[in-house]
Amino acid sequence: MKSRYVFVFPTEAINKPLTYHLVKDFDLKVNIFNAYINSGEEGNLALEIEGSPGQIQAGLEFAKSLGVECSTLDKRVKLEHDRCINCGACVAVCYSDALKMDANTMELNFDKDKCTVCELCTTACPLQLFKINFVE
Amino acid sequence: MKKIKTYSEINERIKNGNAVVMTAGEFKELANHSKPGELANKVDVVTTATFGPMCSSGAFINFGHSGPPMRLEKISLNDVPAYGGIAAADAYVGATETANPHDKYGGAHVIEDLVSGKDIRLKASSKGTDCYPRKEIETKINIESVNEAFLFNPRNAYQNYAAAVNSQRRKLYTYMGVLLPSCGNVNYSTSGEYSPLLNDPDMRSIGVGTRIFLGGTQGFVAWHGTQFITSRPRNESGIPVLPAATLSLIGNLKEMSAEFIKAAYYEKYGTSLFVGVGIPIPVLDEDMAARLAIRNEQIETQVFDYGLSERPVVKKVNYKELQSGEIELGGRKVRTAPLSSISAAKNIMKLLKEEVSTGKFLINEPVEHFPKNTTNKALEGIEHG
Ligand code: SF4
Ligand code: SF4
Repeated sequence: MKSRYVFVFPTEAINKPLTYHLVKDFDLKVNIFNAYINSGEEGNLALEIEGSPGQIQAGLEFAKSLGVECSTLDKRVKLEHDRCINCGACVAVCYSDALKMDANTMELNFDKDKCTVCELCTTACPLQLFKINFVE
Repeated sequence: MKKIKTYSEINERIKNGNAVVMTAGEFKELANHSKPGELANKVDVVTTATFGPMCSSGAFINFGHSGPPMRLEKISLNDVPAYGGIAAADAYVGATETANPHDKYGGAHVIEDLVSGKDIRLKASSKGTDCYPRKEIETKINIESVNEAFLFNPRNAYQNYAAAVNSQRRKLYTYMGVLLPSCGNVNYSTSGEYSPLLNDPDMRSIGVGTRIFLGGTQGFVAWHGTQFITSRPRNESGIPVLPAATLSLIGNLKEMSAEFIKAAYYEKYGTSLFVGVGIPIPVLDEDMAARLAIRNEQIETQVFDYGLSERPVVKKVNYKELQSGEIELGGRKVRTAPLSSISAAKNIMKLLKEEVSTGKFLINEPVEHFPKNTTNKALEGIEHG
């Protein structure tokens, strides 16, 4: 079984070797596809975990015991791109670099694959063009 | 300085359809391999523009008289209060006004809705007088139904603006957008080398009566803007390195387009209005040409730390660095974001170039130049013992 998760770390949990334990103690395959960790602050990790449902469950329990918030990546960010005025206010908050201004055209690029669904852009856009969608 | 051409010569060429008009982008490319003298001989007009959130904006509206007549005193438009302390069917709606402190719909949205042709709910009350007996009215208005509606913005088109960063451990929600903790981002807000007042930093061609592009139509510079400070320190390219001059702008809301008048809401700050402003600058002589050739790397601003109440300067940067998408701060790369839409500014420059080239847009010589040597006064609160 393969599932995608977003882990949000509080300051205290940042220096714990979390993924190491997930691999070693719970026999999980972990593929980190996005990370933003800045020491002394909150961190964001988007990862794909592969293993048996029981192992995954145990691994998640372990992460939660360290104070890590785990949520399944069953949400997607939707942008109403045709109403975008390319002001860049969303780029300012996108830790994962999913939102970037093209340095030539100064237009917004949205690379959905990099998105960790941190939801910061939903409050940053002055036109409220980002919506969170739940996927089945 | 030798004058190469006059306003009337330039306007003559515009009317005949043979003026040489360029966008600021095109002109600067040409300036890479031409001298100011050649440029001034070759080019007549350069278009500049900006499309940023301009909080100090608003509109005057005259609703027309009801029968029996009424002096509209307390007025709201879609529940947003409008100023009615002017007689009798006039009101002013400001971009940052909201009905409740945390509303996401404000005066800016009323203005955008008007421009888009939507109906707006007008509610007004009055004490009633012998000449204006009616005390209440509730009705719908729209851009067609009102007598006059014009945008009149006290402070727009800032000549340079400070960039913002936040050194603190908590997120800040500001008019400079969201500022992430621990200097996670740097936000800035001008269109750099396309910005009108950075292309004519001494405002030789911009003054009272200058014809401009405003919100999709032709408008005018009404006055120098509020907080107009000419005494700011300048760098070696003659560019003020802090927020300096501003413009007060006026134009017919009935002719504007929602593409260039956009309401905005900044989380936990409030509402603001993106206003599209374009100014055509006549290349009168070598000096004007040299000023218009300025590039982003010569335009500098300072990064202020909004996390500390005294807002210390953290770094001096130029717009080439800012527009690259990241700058170095304290030994690491920090992402930057523009807040003002540079791609929309490019679009306005193109449209304005088209208007001037086809003879639809003439260049006004200022009726009056702006004051020189202005400073800024602060407001002191009175301490109650
Ligand atoms: S939710 Fe928005 S800000 Fe967060 S990673 Fe995705 S695109 Fe970037
Ligand atoms: S903040 Fe909104 S309007 Fe601005 S660039 Fe991002 S999506 Fe577009």
